[in-house]
Amino acid sequence: MSAAWDERWRRMAGNRNLQVGLAMLLALLAAGAFGPAFVRWDPIEIDFAAALQRPGAAHPFGTDELGRDVLARVLAATFVDLQVVAVCVVLPFFIGSLIGLASGYFGGWFDRALMRLVDVLLAFPHYVLVIAIVGSLGPGIANLYLAFALVVWISFARIVRAEVLVARRAEYAQAARLLGYGHARVMLRHILPNVITPSIIFMMSDVVLTILAVTSLGFLGLGIQPPTPEWGLMIAEGRTFLQDAWWISVFPGLAIVYVGITFTLLGEGLDDFLRPKG
Amino acid sequence: MNVAADRSSLLEVEDLRVRFARPGGDLVAVDGVGFRIESGEVFGLVGESGCGKTVTCRSLIRLFGGSAPSAIDGRVRFAGRDLGALSAREWSALRGSEISMIFQDPMTSLNPTMRVGAQIAEGLQRHRALTAQQARAAAIEMLGAVGVPAAERRHHEYPHAFSGGMRQRVLIAIALACRPKLLIADEPTTALDVTVQDQILKLILKLRSDLGMSVLLVTHDIGVVAQTCDRVAVMYAGKIVESGKTAQVVGRPAHPYTRALLAALPAHTRRGVKLRPIDGEPPNLAQPPAGCRFHPRCGFAVEACRAIVPPPVEVEPGHRSACLRTQEIG
Amino acid sequence: MKIVGFLLGRLLQLVPVLIGITAVAFLLLRVMPGDPATLMLGARGNAEDIAALTRQLGLDRPLWQQYLGFLGDVATGSFGVSIASRRAVGTEMLERLWPTLALVGLSTLIAVVLTVPLALLSAVRRGGWADQAIKLVFIAAMSMPAFWLGLLLVLLLSIALPIFPVSGYGDGFLGHLRHLVLPSLVIGLGTAALTIRALRSSIIGVLGADYIDTARAKGLPERAVLWRHVLRNSLMSTISILAVHTSWVIGGTVVVETVFGIPGLGHLLVASISARDYPVVQGLTVMFALLVVAINLIADVAYVAVDPRLTLAG
Repeated sequence: MSAAWDERWRRMAGNRNLQVGLAMLLALLAAGAFGPAFVRWDPIEIDFAAALQRPGAAHPFGTDELGRDVLARVLAATFVDLQVVAVCVVLPFFIGSLIGLASGYFGGWFDRALMRLVDVLLAFPHYVLVIAIVGSLGPGIANLYLAFALVVWISFARIVRAEVLVARRAEYAQAARLLGYGHARVMLRHILPNVITPSIIFMMSDVVLTILAVTSLGFLGLGIQPPTPEWGLMIAEGRTFLQDAWWISVFPGLAIVYVGITFTLLGEGLDDFLRPKG
Repeated sequence: MNVAADRSSLLEVEDLRVRFARPGGDLVAVDGVGFRIESGEVFGLVGESGCGKTVTCRSLIRLFGGSAPSAIDGRVRFAGRDLGALSAREWSALRGSEISMIFQDPMTSLNPTMRVGAQIAEGLQRHRALTAQQARAAAIEMLGAVGVPAAERRHHEYPHAFSGGMRQRVLIAIALACRPKLLIADEPTTALDVTVQDQILKLILKLRSDLGMSVLLVTHDIGVVAQTCDRVAVMYAGKIVESGKTAQVVGRPAHPYTRALLAALPAHTRRGVKLRPIDGEPPNLAQPPAGCRFHPRCGFAVEACRAIVPPPVEVEPGHRSACLRTQEIG
Repeated sequence: MKIVGFLLGRLLQLVPVLIGITAVAFLLLRVMPGDPATLMLGARGNAEDIAALTRQLGLDRPLWQQYLGFLGDVATGSFGVSIASRRAVGTEMLERLWPTLALVGLSTLIAVVLTVPLALLSAVRRGGWADQAIKLVFIAAMSMPAFWLGLLLVLLLSIALPIFPVSGYGDGFLGHLRHLVLPSLVIGLGTAALTIRALRSSIIGVLGADYIDTARAKGLPERAVLWRHVLRNSLMSTISILAVHTSWVIGGTVVVETVFGIPGLGHLLVASISARDYPVVQGLTVMFALLVVAINLIADVAYVAVDPRLTLAG
């Protein structure tokens, strides 16, 4: 038992991607949670007198056209964006994984129908579907969740289904059925833990894709609405002032890049950790 | 085994040691191997898989796929020339024109997206200053020489249009296009059907006479060696345990391992039959047994075998064996 | 001639998918909570306007009738009628098609130019500093939102150094080209980030193949080995990797065209969403999917042309 833990520890110790990724994630969460308390400016309060100031001692990231401190806003937006992204990733993960599990396990007409559906849905760029749905429903967080849930589940379903097709032939699955366990139990307690790994790894990439999508919806005005600080929204607001006050758009973008790098590293690190090769 | 330098030998290998770095500890795949190959002779290198024969071959032309060794020591002389300190450019000039090698699996050894004739012509154009026309003609001729029917038509085709045996012929054509002095054949028939194996071996022997070249034939099948080789060396766990003329080694084996190999053959030598495993397993080369490496599996082992690495002893002229009890065995 | 046969065969296979695409686009905006006409008019509509619009768009008819009507519109190429402009949606889309195609084409070109040499370098010098550096740069590139990268490039290459125009589409072929450079760079860089990883893996696989041993054993210099043997066999992978990312590239045009003011399909999508021009959104959804399918089809034909093992029959 402890040998297994030693093995895991060793893999963690050598896994730089995972270490750096986790460190970055912790820093990110800390910044989001405690950052706003440390910055003395209010992210929403307007102060025309202080508008469009360059980054400096008082305002490390400068101020925007309404005099709001950009650093405070970037920090405040952290949890706004992260929360939305979290739901927009986890919801499809659950829905897709369960559907993929059932489809791969039961096969038959359900699986065939699902594959037809997937073939068709694959032709649509994800982003186009999401924006079409959000666009017609109107902005608002709930609509965002709905849109992502409807569109992204496919990726998870495909991944899990592929794994299940292999796993259901495995001995442990056959043994469980022979022992008389019901389908649900075999699926959920025996097969699922063994097939979920690629799905989890994909979740990390999906976070990156989702943060890009969510912030671009914000940029287009279709996502989270002002005055709630949101990175995409901030970049859009700064666009008019790009020539004179580049900092309004640049810094929120850097925050997005930071999140992307964090989860990319986490994804690679998790991949090495959960699926060691060679 | 070490050999005295013989100036007439085409290839002289002396105390070759090849080491691979591994996370668990270094692995010495070839440990002090030495032999010589004369002009025009077929030399067999025989042993179980993992004994180091493939690493030996690759070390001769310094061609390693993914995992290169961390160190290659010892001396290799080819046609009087020391191969130890060649530059990449010199190696590139040497390979294909003086020394060629064919590998084990003909199904994967040809570029699937390049026509067969072009793959032969490629080597010709690199080593001889031929025009495309001339190279193509030479390639067709070569294809015919290795027994591919309708060479004129077939040289346009892609590898997937050829069977395993035919592909091996193509590979031989590629290897011999520039008339090298030495052909290294690493298990050339292992991946082929039994009926085809015979044909390929006969082809190699015929070409050897036609071209006056030497062949280093590597195989795990001592039956193949018995039929085709002039001289042979038996390898075990990175070392040569017995060497000599084929008639000597096969007729009067002087090492327990060779005896076991021969005993494993059915009476009517059926070629292509894999070695019947001898009791036990080949040793882990990262931690080889002390003393004689074969002793854990040897029916003749005595106390001394655990402690001393047996030096090669001349049993009869030209016939050497590395066993403490060789006089009793031979 | 064989190619025509191949294409026809494939198109036949695609018919169910194509129908499925229209079905999805059709249903997408109808299964949303809320009545479509109400959604379209938003808060501004009163009961009368909603009723009028409902009749105008045929939303009061049974669903299957509406769908057949839509299918008919797709088949004739009109894709319905735009509420805002009253012209056929198909006409609107056709006008915007070329800029988008040009953008996709140029982006793909940039992606290829970046991907092949960098993937080759990473694979051959695997684990080395070049490999690591490329990896890091593209991890960052992959994490950059297209709209932000676009603005950044504009800042650097249009404002700070006035090399490229800030936005718009320009006139004439060269004008168009100049205006497409920055947007194509944005999409191309993002795509390259994904394709370099994939091609690198493929090349590493090829490098380990037996026939590479044969090539080296022939005495070919390493450059010839890489060029004639490694790259040639990675070409298939390159095409397939690019094809897989088509969806991503086409989706990317939406935001990029908006940021750079390129009058293409993506720009139209955003505009019609803001204008709540529902039929246009629907038509565009189908159009985007069709583009993806078309490009994948072209890729299939390219495979067959490149790999001698495949024939047009199979």
